Amino acid sequence: MEKQLALQMRGITKRFGPVVANDHVDLDVYEGEILAILGENGCGKTTLMNMISGIYFPDEGKIFVDGHEVVIRSPKDAFQHGIGMIHQHFKLVDLFTAAENIVLGVKEEGRYNLKAINAKVAQIAEKYGFHIDPQKKIYDMSVSEKQTVEIIKVLYRGADILILDEPTAVLTPQEIDKLFQVLRRMKADGKSIIIITHKLNEVLAVSDRVAILRKGEHIATVNTAETNEAQLTEMMVGKKVDLNIDRELPRSPAPRLVVEGLNLDDSEGLHVLRDISFTANGGEILGIAGIAGSGQRELLESIAGLQPLKSGKIIFHNPKKDKPVTFFHKSMKRVKELGAQGAFHDRQGKPVSFDGMATGAVRKWVESGDVLFKEDEIIDLRDKTPLQIRELGVRLSFVPEDRLGMGLVGSMGITDNMMLRSYRKGHAGFLDRKKPRALADEIIHELEVVTPGVNTPVRRLSGGNVQKVLVGREIAFAPKVLMAAYPVRGLDINSSYTIYHLLNKQKENGVAVIFVGEDLDVLLALCDRILVINSGSITGLVDARTVTKEEIGLLMTRTDYARKEDA
Amino acid sequence: MNIWLNFLIDSLAFGATFIYGSTGEILTEKAGHLNLGIPGIMCMGGAGGVMMLNLIGKSSLPPVLIVVLGILSALLMSGLMGLIYSFMTVTLRANQNVTGLALTTFGVGLMKVIMSKMNATVYLVGPKMLYRWPFAYRQDSLQCLGVLFFLAIVVAIAASWVLFRTKVGLHLRAVGENPATADAVGINVNRYKYAATIIGSSIAGLGGFYYIIDYMASQEAYLSLEAFGWLSIALVIFALWRPHMTIIGSTVFGFLFSCSSYITNIDWIHVTMATKPLLKMLPYVVTVLVLIISSIRNKRENQPPSSLGLSYFREDR
Repeated sequence: MEKQLALQMRGITKRFGPVVANDHVDLDVYEGEILAILGENGCGKTTLMNMISGIYFPDEGKIFVDGHEVVIRSPKDAFQHGIGMIHQHFKLVDLFTAAENIVLGVKEEGRYNLKAINAKVAQIAEKYGFHIDPQKKIYDMSVSEKQTVEIIKVLYRGADILILDEPTAVLTPQEIDKLFQVLRRMKADGKSIIIITHKLNEVLAVSDRVAILRKGEHIATVNTAETNEAQLTEMMVGKKVDLNIDRELPRSPAPRLVVEGLNLDDSEGLHVLRDISFTANGGEILGIAGIAGSGQRELLESIAGLQPLKSGKIIFHNPKKDKPVTFFHKSMKRVKELGAQGAFHDRQGKPVSFDGMATGAVRKWVESGDVLFKEDEIIDLRDKTPLQIRELGVRLSFVPEDRLGMGLVGSMGITDNMMLRSYRKGHAGFLDRKKPRALADEIIHELEVVTPGVNTPVRRLSGGNVQKVLVGREIAFAPKVLMAAYPVRGLDINSSYTIYHLLNKQKENGVAVIFVGEDLDVLLALCDRILVINSGSITGLVDARTVTKEEIGLLMTRTDYARKEDA
Repeated sequence: MNIWLNFLIDSLAFGATFIYGSTGEILTEKAGHLNLGIPGIMCMGGAGGVMMLNLIGKSSLPPVLIVVLGILSALLMSGLMGLIYSFMTVTLRANQNVTGLALTTFGVGLMKVIMSKMNATVYLVGPKMLYRWPFAYRQDSLQCLGVLFFLAIVVAIAASWVLFRTKVGLHLRAVGENPATADAVGINVNRYKYAATIIGSSIAGLGGFYYIIDYMASQEAYLSLEAFGWLSIALVIFALWRPHMTIIGSTVFGFLFSCSSYITNIDWIHVTMATKPLLKMLPYVVTVLVLIISSIRNKRENQPPSSLGLSYFREDR
């Protein structure tokens, strides 16, 4: 049987400033099929779909629906051509019932009659096997129910082409199975379904064909039956690019931050982090790789004390230097043993050796207080407030989507932003502006921040410069743990390298650097070890020097089947 | 007539001022705009109506026409204020609080200038009797229940009906709750915001007109009008954003407001000059209490519209 083309895209191009989000993409969608669109973060999947659903308008290219060229300028136009999109973030009015949300904006003849609408909604739900109470308020609904409302909303408007943007991201495995059943039923009914995803097992489970996008380009479309995980991953991540970032071997790494069995739920009771355990060593860069929204943000925020944990420990080894050895805690025998291992040193920093010394002489030397050792103070950060955690030297340089959201105040100058960290110092209510000012000058000078002056509001600076100010400030306060989330997002090559260099320097100074990145090439080139996190669980801890890009790609995208059993 | 019945009717009549003000404010707030310009808008509505009556008050036009023209003029003037407000906050996305406060200052001041030029014997003496139809010649408090009083009740109930029983209302509430969602389903957000703000302002303006011409019917009435504008805004919370509830709320407010003068009729309560101001505090104290109670109960339906006070710009994401 010849399949009918439902939607064709030809040469679709979309640019955001200098960034090309989609580069001459051609894509066909047939009636009665499920097409998966697969790709990494930022490869242009959602942008492409937004152009079909009327959120964006393509710069170049044509869209055909049922063989006729169409122009889609708004979501309304898209609905008229039978295209409906279910966004990742639901667009629902919380206060309304399901039915009210579904009819919102629909132009229908006749009186506004909620009873008739409820009946029609129930009828659609029955047809495709949804379970929904049309009169339930959205704020009483689970995520899965909200998604159902979104899907019915699109069907109610008579859509034949449904686009689902990462529909499974928020669902439990059982809910995913239910959703897939519904999708198959819609497919049997002749609807075309496009699902955007980066989960390989789901692609293989539900789709008929897979289109792979990489860096805005359409790489290939393959039949799901003729492919496998390895092939898809390879097409998705592409070949390794050498970035030439200097990377030295870590010098005497010692545990600095130990996270054990961390669990975190969000406000809706969904697991955001489950059983996270890892160790970050001083003098090492630990990379965290994962699809966006896998819990990276929450993990860093937990460590910084901004998220209430459900369970788990965050142990910080605070390096305390040069404590005199005493016999209170250690026996003579133990002191001698440790001395032989070179654990002690004298006031000049030279290693102490008890070789050939009599016990009495050792005792005398130790009791004189000149035999020193380094000791780590072990602190559970869970009991600390964010301020105390900061004082201990755990620094979070967080770059969310909105760079100025956490960390800097956009309307204040660089000096004032420096003072956000030092305002508690100074005398009796008066601020000390000199030191922050000097620090601001130093950062501008050393990191080559381009700014008209230290008092120019930081939001007027370019992204790279803002980022330099933020990272510069966090580094200036001599951190012991530096957490940087997406520190190079949106930066040009040169600024990125400045940041990499800064992080490397911190590593040399013995700081435990935790680097959350999205570009696998950077993670591979910069980090010493990489922790791969997937849907809030750790799926691997790999050596960045030996691992391949494909291996990480698989760890990032493969859904943990163990999850299904415990759920 | 029984003094307590008088008291009730007086409360009702006085409350109509608030019914207009609060219903107007509710419509605006349901579109997501906190209009603190209501006191100024009520003042200007009053001034607009009075200006028209000053022109035609002594003319030989049919009484119905005089009544209607006065109302239209009040609607027009306050609608114009609403237009300024919506242009500033919807199109230019200016801060709603600042815009509203500026509009109040402007409206109150301009009204005082206008009113000082008006001739009370023209705009008040004759027309007052027309607006108080059908009870104009009664000697008890019923005389205050006129055309505009009944219109207030109709407006409040109609506003509730539109908001909660029609598709237009559904769309309007969606705009106030979540403009991005409303936009995504093809509702013209700005059009709804403009319409709700202008219609709401016009309704509020009628409240000022009613107070000056009908309820107080004195040439000093305009001096105390601003305070009732603020009370109307407070009453929105009391009414939990439901226009029909403003009828009850306004009556309670009116009751509390005039109780200081009626309470002297109770033998066993001795109100001295010192305690009277305390009684006058009652409406404000009750507002605070209602605010506290409605915050504690925290029922989703009783909360202000989610995007109240926030400007909407499609490309902000």
